[in-house]
Amino acid sequence: MSETAVLDDNAREEDELVVDHSGDSGEHHDDGHHSSLGISNTKLAMWLFLGSECLLFGALISTYLLSKANFMTQVLAGNPKVLATLTKLKEVAPEKYEEILEEGSVEPLFDILFTSASSFILLMSSLTMVLSHKAVSEADYRASRIWLGATALLGSIFIAGQVYEFTVFYNEGIYFNKNLFGSAFYTLTGFHGVHVTVGIIMLASLLIMSMRGKLNQDRAETVEIVGLYWHFVDIVWVLIFTIVYLIP
Amino acid sequence: MTVIESAVARISAEDTSKPEFLGVFARPKATQTGIKNWLSTVDHKKIGIMYGAASLFFFVIGGVAALLIRIQLAAPDGKLLSGSTYSTVFTMHGTVMVFLVVMPMGAAFANYLLPLQIGARDVAFPRINAFSFWVFLSGGIMLNTSWFLGGGPDGGWFNYAPNNGIIFSPSTGIDFWNASLLIVGLGSLTGAVNLITTVLNMRAPGMSLMRMPVFVWMTLVTQFLLLFAIPILTVAQILLLMDRTFDAHFFNPEQGADPLMWQHLFWIFGHPEVYLMILPAFGIVSEVIPAFARKPIFGYPFMVFSGIAIGFMGWGVWAHHMFASGIGPLSVTAFSVATMFIAVPTGVKVLNWIATLWGGKLILNTAMLFSIGLVTQFTIGGLSGVSHALAPADSQQTDTYYIVAHFHYVLFGGALFGFIAGLYFWWPKAFGYKMSETLGKWNFWLMVLGFNVTFGPMHILGLQGMPRRMQSYSEVQGFAFWNAIASLGSFILAFSVLLLLINMFRSHSQWKNAGKPDVGADPWDGRTIEWSIQSPAPEHNFDVTPTVDSLDDFWYKKYAQNEEGRLVQVATGEELAQPGNGEGVHLPAPSNWPIRLAFSLPVVGYALIYSLWFLIPGIFLVLVCLYGWALEPADDLDLDHGHNDDDHSLAQTVEENTASISGGVSDE
Repeated sequence: MSETAVLDDNAREEDELVVDHSGDSGEHHDDGHHSSLGISNTKLAMWLFLGSECLLFGALISTYLLSKANFMTQVLAGNPKVLATLTKLKEVAPEKYEEILEEGSVEPLFDILFTSASSFILLMSSLTMVLSHKAVSEADYRASRIWLGATALLGSIFIAGQVYEFTVFYNEGIYFNKNLFGSAFYTLTGFHGVHVTVGIIMLASLLIMSMRGKLNQDRAETVEIVGLYWHFVDIVWVLIFTIVYLIP
Repeated sequence: MTVIESAVARISAEDTSKPEFLGVFARPKATQTGIKNWLSTVDHKKIGIMYGAASLFFFVIGGVAALLIRIQLAAPDGKLLSGSTYSTVFTMHGTVMVFLVVMPMGAAFANYLLPLQIGARDVAFPRINAFSFWVFLSGGIMLNTSWFLGGGPDGGWFNYAPNNGIIFSPSTGIDFWNASLLIVGLGSLTGAVNLITTVLNMRAPGMSLMRMPVFVWMTLVTQFLLLFAIPILTVAQILLLMDRTFDAHFFNPEQGADPLMWQHLFWIFGHPEVYLMILPAFGIVSEVIPAFARKPIFGYPFMVFSGIAIGFMGWGVWAHHMFASGIGPLSVTAFSVATMFIAVPTGVKVLNWIATLWGGKLILNTAMLFSIGLVTQFTIGGLSGVSHALAPADSQQTDTYYIVAHFHYVLFGGALFGFIAGLYFWWPKAFGYKMSETLGKWNFWLMVLGFNVTFGPMHILGLQGMPRRMQSYSEVQGFAFWNAIASLGSFILAFSVLLLLINMFRSHSQWKNAGKPDVGADPWDGRTIEWSIQSPAPEHNFDVTPTVDSLDDFWYKKYAQNEEGRLVQVATGEELAQPGNGEGVHLPAPSNWPIRLAFSLPVVGYALIYSLWFLIPGIFLVLVCLYGWALEPADDLDLDHGHNDDDHSLAQTVEENTASISGGVSDE
């Protein structure tokens, strides 16, 4: 037991340089840290990382918009090579194919209602994330495990919805390497999907930590930091959903 | 996924009770010596030294490539290199020099000096710091293995589309470029997060932002540029990866794609990139010049804010690389004006250095000479840069040797001169002895001579119309004379670099033969707090966290005003220096996971190039390393890790100083 305690004590300081050791039992560990800005190093680092991620998604969204515009220009101009990439759609769903040609928009491909539902589920997972942080900081570990599990579950449902949507598109002949729109769409949404998946892995790791009794009150900040990432991924989805699905 | 996790969790559960179980989970000993110590170190000073050594190694590789280019072009109809080899050689020269020499050299100084200059024990995340270095090295090695595995990349360091597509470059060279730079970029990104956190959050008591040395400021701006520029290159490279490996169509004009998108993405990254290469060198000379002019830096706030201004404006000028690509008159005008504007903060810096020199008691040693070298050479490069801002002139100059001359004046004459100044200046702090001044001055004057003889004539060649990246030329084109001169100069330059390397080792053996005399904590009568600790810097940096009262704090502790308002020495650096007693100081334990994780990433890289099946072991290896990292105990278990009574002195110091920290912060 004593060794467990030592390890636990150590793990708390993981990756953070320990400048001071006031020798207390670690109840207010974070307050004990020497930090010029008054927030912990790990939280600051997460904010900086998210700042970097903004540029990553900014560039991905820009390239998606440019690629889609270029693709549509070619469709409307009747570029035979580009139209040939839509042959399967013409067979499977001729009305969608016609709509694309007439309206010069890929919007008819999307099932807005379905994606709205899965977006709603993802957004709700931010709520459960906040609840789990609140539960950990109030030392209500059972509730924290429930909310962590719920967050991971809601994220997984979103990913399942994305897989389903990809399958439908695939059956309509919109492959990743079929045409420019396919490449841009799958890259952008796939990248977001990978981010959600990484978030789910982090949540699952927190859940395991919690079940092994290692996620106690003074590590609430870890939950908060994972939460920062999770909320960021949600906010990016709001942008992607608006830009990819809602704006014609 | 969950299978792996629970397996790892189970292992660590057993690990909790028996630390020896599965050796990989025990933390390496801080007491181990030799190569193992370096491989597992998390000490920012050792990591900084390794960054420097690795970038010098790559500098030799890039330099040999440069000499091959100059031999090829020395006379008309050069026969040394075939067309495709020539493309590979200039691409590797550019890529290696930018990503594996100048950027890591900046990181070397940042790593070594940042914690010392802000009075911190180490960086915020020591293990991530080690990872940043190892991942740069593993990516750099991977890039250079392409020489032996079917030829290096051949698309230029900017790698324009659609030339970088599989149709025009079917060899694996560009795949190597792509995968290895993605890996190197990961190191830059983690390094940026780490160093920004360190500067913002780990300053010593009293070290408010406007008391930080200019070098710290310039590095902070540099790291912010990296933080925001790297993801854009990452996106460009991922799109290219998708195109080349998974048959996507991002840069395929047949499918209606616009290859110009690559140029935009690359230069939105690329222009901040050129500033993040030069700003650390600006920071270095801003430390060296005041030290040897015996005056405070002229206009400190202007130095700081012009650096920040360069950081911001660097984002709004990228399309001046694309004036000849048909982006339209409005864009050309806007970017032309923006480019002229960015010369203003740069000019402010040059004027401030000159004003610092003005009326100073100049000590013209090697470090100072290289700094003055930067000011003059960079100004020439800056002036030719302003001439690129004029779009009509640039349309003539673009893709000629005039451009080559320009960016070598700013990158070699600017960045590298600054770095070499820094090497001479901080060498005693890092290694405990000074490099020879005699050899150093030979090094400097030969470098200035070789540099100008090499790159000066390129201005003329460019204006004569000699295109860049041209494998050979014929007698009748009239480029022979200046090319021969430039090639001659390149060998003088190479010899001067050799002198630098000789100086490092020869000075060391001389120092050793003389019985390792102590160079002292403060050999240059320095201004900033890194001179207040012993040389070479002890592993724990500061015995007691210093309290900072002013800009150039160490200087003002040594010199005070007398009644007549003159500065008089009240103490010597040696008297004030901390004795280097690290008793009771707790340091982070070394770790093997950073190097393991860093060298498992190229497995993924090679898998993307050769066979996607290898992704399975590659990603598995990465995951194992990530969990190994996360589950590693934060300390060497055998070590009594600092929760002991000895530690109270330090803890008390920190507590006492907490009040003054908050005071310092609110000052801002």
